[in-house]
Amino acid sequence: MSGVRVLVGTRKGAFVLTSDAKRERWDISGPHFAGWEIYHLKGSPADPNRLYASQHSSWFGQIIQRSDDGGRTWHQPGTPPGEPTTTPDGMPKGESNKFAYDTSAETGKALTTHQWYDGTPHPWEFKRVWHLEPSLNDPDTVYAGVEDAALFRSTNGGRSWHELAGLRGHGSGDKWAPGAGGMCLHTILLDPRNPERIFTAISAAGAFRSDDTGETWRPINRGLHSLYIPEATAEVGHCVHRIAMHPSRPGVLFMQKHWDVMRSDDAGESWHEISGNLPTDFGFPIDVHAHEPDTVYVVPIKSDSEHYPPDGKLRVYRSRTGGNEWEALTKGLPQSDCYVNVLRDAMAVDSFDSCGVYFGTTGGQVYASPDGGANWAPIVRDLPAVVSVEVQTLP
Amino acid sequence: MIRVVLPTHLRKLARVDGEVKLHVKGTVTQRSVLDALEDRYPMLRGTVRDQVTQKRRAFVRFFACGQDLSHEPPDAALPEAIASGTEPFMIVGAIAGG
Repeated sequence: MSGVRVLVGTRKGAFVLTSDAKRERWDISGPHFAGWEIYHLKGSPADPNRLYASQHSSWFGQIIQRSDDGGRTWHQPGTPPGEPTTTPDGMPKGESNKFAYDTSAETGKALTTHQWYDGTPHPWEFKRVWHLEPSLNDPDTVYAGVEDAALFRSTNGGRSWHELAGLRGHGSGDKWAPGAGGMCLHTILLDPRNPERIFTAISAAGAFRSDDTGETWRPINRGLHSLYIPEATAEVGHCVHRIAMHPSRPGVLFMQKHWDVMRSDDAGESWHEISGNLPTDFGFPIDVHAHEPDTVYVVPIKSDSEHYPPDGKLRVYRSRTGGNEWEALTKGLPQSDCYVNVLRDAMAVDSFDSCGVYFGTTGGQVYASPDGGANWAPIVRDLPAVVSVEVQTLP
Repeated sequence: MIRVVLPTHLRKLARVDGEVKLHVKGTVTQRSVLDALEDRYPMLRGTVRDQVTQKRRAFVRFFACGQDLSHEPPDAALPEAIASGTEPFMIVGAIAGG
């Protein structure tokens, strides 16, 4: 492996951080798409030069960007500069930014409302793409998790998008409600051993699974317990913040819920709590070591209204036992007067022999540990608020 | 020739500098100007008006000839000074945080 590329989305642009295998000296490029919110960037596992980015602005809406050269240059899929603005058969380009909900009868139900914060019906309105998940084996296939929560797929490199409407239409969609950050589909996990299996998670609806490549879906929330919904163990309504899996063991899932850290050993059929000795079980990201399927990382946050680390100490917690027993990782992280947050998509790992762990903060720091969490150092300190961090280990 | 002033972010997306000049067929209206803009610069689809509903995005305003035309019907004729190219049609991002 030759090096590592860290893709950082922030409130005001994207940054690409690169280093060799030592991960000591870093080159910083950016801001790309300066001034825009970059909710997420991610590279294709099948082609590390193929990157996708979600560019958004409250003013001008959603833009999908693509790079075919590892982030040096970018274009909107279908409309690279200098190319004709229509396809050879005369169809207009510019469909790469179009996310139209599918309400056709053929795909199930013309679902028109979900619940608003007060429980009243509210129409579905597309707002932004939170997460882009490229296919494990086809650079031109990529999934998009959006707000208001739905799953879209492109099979032409992001030129156009089609909703996998079975997720919203399976029956519980009218009961979904937004979390404080909006009603977003933020997690998409593709099962490397079963190409037909997809996991998604939605705030505040819960986790869902498809076993037929996204055509049909069902909730997988048994065992979750949430006190902010009328029925604490309801089938849907849970504010799942993030789900993670190790690729060698895709039936085992780890979840950071609004409160509670959870684990499933049966692909989501049931969940049990593994919060154990964490100082607080509220938080956003959760991730798994590249080579140790039972080594899990979380960043405890004080509470759902105080979005910063307890006691002003930024601590990553690691469990080497698949949960319940957690140790604080602090070396190199600020241990006083630290009041940043770490958002749900802002943690990732590389796959060097000595696994690197990375996370970004709302204070603009991106921290890296080249040794599985024992030692930390900031790659950069003063970016705009970090929304997402993804890592590519380069061949 | 219709002159259109784009906000900075949209000029970058369209990879243009300064004003955009467009040919508009028939009556010059908000809709015909935006149709011509999106035909010429398809990367701007969805940035000024919603891709599905075709409604003006909430934080986007249309100014021309010292007037706010944001709430005019999309098929209403724009002022003659716009149609003749004497004055530009200005697409403006509302000043709201940022």
